Amino acid sequence: MKTSARSVSALRHDPLVRGLGWASALLGIPQVADPAGFARRLGADGDPRNRLVTAAVGVRELTAAAGLLGRPRPAWLWSRVGGDVMDLALLARALRNRDGRGAARTVAATAATAALTVTDVYAAVTRTAGSSPVELTAATTVTRPPEEVYDLWHDLERLPEFMAHLDEVRVTGLRTSHWTASAPFGRTVEWDAETTHDLPGQMIAWRSAQGADIAHSGEVRFVPAPGGQDTEIHVTLRYDLPGGALGRAAARYFGEEPHQQLDDDLRRFKQIAEVGEIVRSEGAPGGKRARGEFPQHPAQPLTPDELKEALA
Amino acid sequence: MKATCWTGRNAVEVRDVPAPSILNSRDVIVKVTSTAICGSDLHLVDGYVPTLQEGDVLGHEFMGEVVEVGPGVDDGTLRVGDRVVVPFPIACGACAACRAELYSCCENTNPNAGTAEKLFGHPTAGIYGYSHLTGGYAGGQAEYARVVLADVNALKVESDLTDEQVLFLSDILPTGYMGAEMCDIQSGDVVAVWGAGPVGQFAMDSARLLGAEQVVAIDKEGYRLEMAAEQGYETIDFEEVDVRSALLELTGGRGPDKCIDAVGLEATHGASHLHLYDRAKQAVRAETDRPHALRQAVLSCRSGGVVSVVGVYGGLIDKFPAGAWMNRSLTLRTGQCHVQKYMRPLLDLIEQGRLDPTRVITHRLPLDRAPHGYDLFKNKKDRCEKVVLTP
Repeated sequence: MKTSARSVSALRHDPLVRGLGWASALLGIPQVADPAGFARRLGADGDPRNRLVTAAVGVRELTAAAGLLGRPRPAWLWSRVGGDVMDLALLARALRNRDGRGAARTVAATAATAALTVTDVYAAVTRTAGSSPVELTAATTVTRPPEEVYDLWHDLERLPEFMAHLDEVRVTGLRTSHWTASAPFGRTVEWDAETTHDLPGQMIAWRSAQGADIAHSGEVRFVPAPGGQDTEIHVTLRYDLPGGALGRAAARYFGEEPHQQLDDDLRRFKQIAEVGEIVRSEGAPGGKRARGEFPQHPAQPLTPDELKEALA
Repeated sequence: MKATCWTGRNAVEVRDVPAPSILNSRDVIVKVTSTAICGSDLHLVDGYVPTLQEGDVLGHEFMGEVVEVGPGVDDGTLRVGDRVVVPFPIACGACAACRAELYSCCENTNPNAGTAEKLFGHPTAGIYGYSHLTGGYAGGQAEYARVVLADVNALKVESDLTDEQVLFLSDILPTGYMGAEMCDIQSGDVVAVWGAGPVGQFAMDSARLLGAEQVVAIDKEGYRLEMAAEQGYETIDFEEVDVRSALLELTGGRGPDKCIDAVGLEATHGASHLHLYDRAKQAVRAETDRPHALRQAVLSCRSGGVVSVVGVYGGLIDKFPAGAWMNRSLTLRTGQCHVQKYMRPLLDLIEQGRLDPTRVITHRLPLDRAPHGYDLFKNKKDRCEKVVLTP
């Protein structure tokens, strides 16, 4: 997982991250300064072992606080999640071993820790998002001249025909457009994009406008292939995947492998450029919607209902 | 409608399935008048090709009458009522592979190209009724079938030739012919053909047509060798004699000039210990294909000769005699047949009476007896060479 400098500075001004940093500090100071008193207030007995554990937890909290407030990285948020799990285990043990006094305090402490755990997991998952820039490249060759291939791609509103994730692209101005795409787990994301370079017959580059759900940029270059008849298409996409490495792993688990997606998108573009439409089989009748569905529809003709759905 | 469906390993059933419909604007629907069982269908049924699903309609050798024409088919190219033979690989006619007449390597017709690419390095064309790895297209052993991008993938037959005379233009005749053509046959050549099944028989006929002086058939089924002998070809039964020695004897010690492997991945070997070795490796998936015929062809071919492979391989082989191939300057050529390239010239040869494809047909059955046909063909019962089904 790569961490970009931009996302470190974004985390430094993130209220949730700063809040969690200060919470760590406020918890850590009394734990280190007066471990016995802190343990008593949690309802634990005066066992010297409890005092030691409390002091150790305090040191951990102060380290996390220093990290989150000093050099914030998602790793610190994840370390807080790990600490929470440890705390819950310790509190559970305290509940089991207790001799009757202070039970209510331990239960309250457990509830508070559970709430904090939820907050930490939320912060870790969402803040990891901006920290995993992805760069994808793909290439194909099409038996059409560069000008023609450029024209086809330049018609941005047709991109959803072959790009599996795109639902709609609306041209909103000379250099601006509005994009709607489906994201993993059934979510929809929308953003405005602007065309940053446009060299007819050669290349198109774009990037999302400030404040987009997914910060991304991309370019497609049209290069005459050896022999002078065909066109090589080279695509580069850069974006921050929601959920970062975790999101990427989860997406892959659900069959959304970004590189494969882009390869398949380009294959469909090639079909439109060369054949005029996306080629459908009975096993994969849904055009771009048929991606990665194994097992597929059997290789046998479709019922009228299936046909309606596939061609919708 | 009725269709022959794969229902599991070694299981084929004729089932009721929906009638096909136009999915791409250049498609047509044909009412199938004749269809056939191919040796490569056996590889599917035997479970050697991955990605089959229960209910897949089989069959890639079929012909019929056009009953519906998609809106994108150019006016006048195909009309309702036309009689067409359908080539098994689906080609787009527009990509670089099609432009080079490498139709079975078409870059656009396999919707599952991403999966195929993982196995083959680059994707290959879609094929009717031939697993999801080749696109998941419904096959033609059925009452009706969809012909994809039909202006590229249907040969109109306007003469009064019978179905049986033209049906095999869909696959086995061009496949056998391409096997011989890849040999670059010179006058005086001796051509040895491993496998005397239908493709092997057509490879022999084509080799003679292309100028071979002597043609040798290698098989273990007596009736298949007899079929070759009736055409005037030499025969070698690999269960009776050592193939390489027999070929050396036939060729004055030189070895055949050109060798054709028309067997492929399910070969058997006269020497049972060698067969068991490959069978065992195949069972534990250490190799997927059994290359006896290919090994023997490479070792037997004369130095500087050509080994042409039209038998189907699907995955990996073990113990390929690369030393013989390299040190003796052999040329290895192969490919799934680029049927579209050969259909018209071969139709001409049939019309001229120079090729008689009907000679391999041994069984004619109605479509609903397809499972019986598979049994006859697979187990070589009742001297079965080729089964034609009529819906």
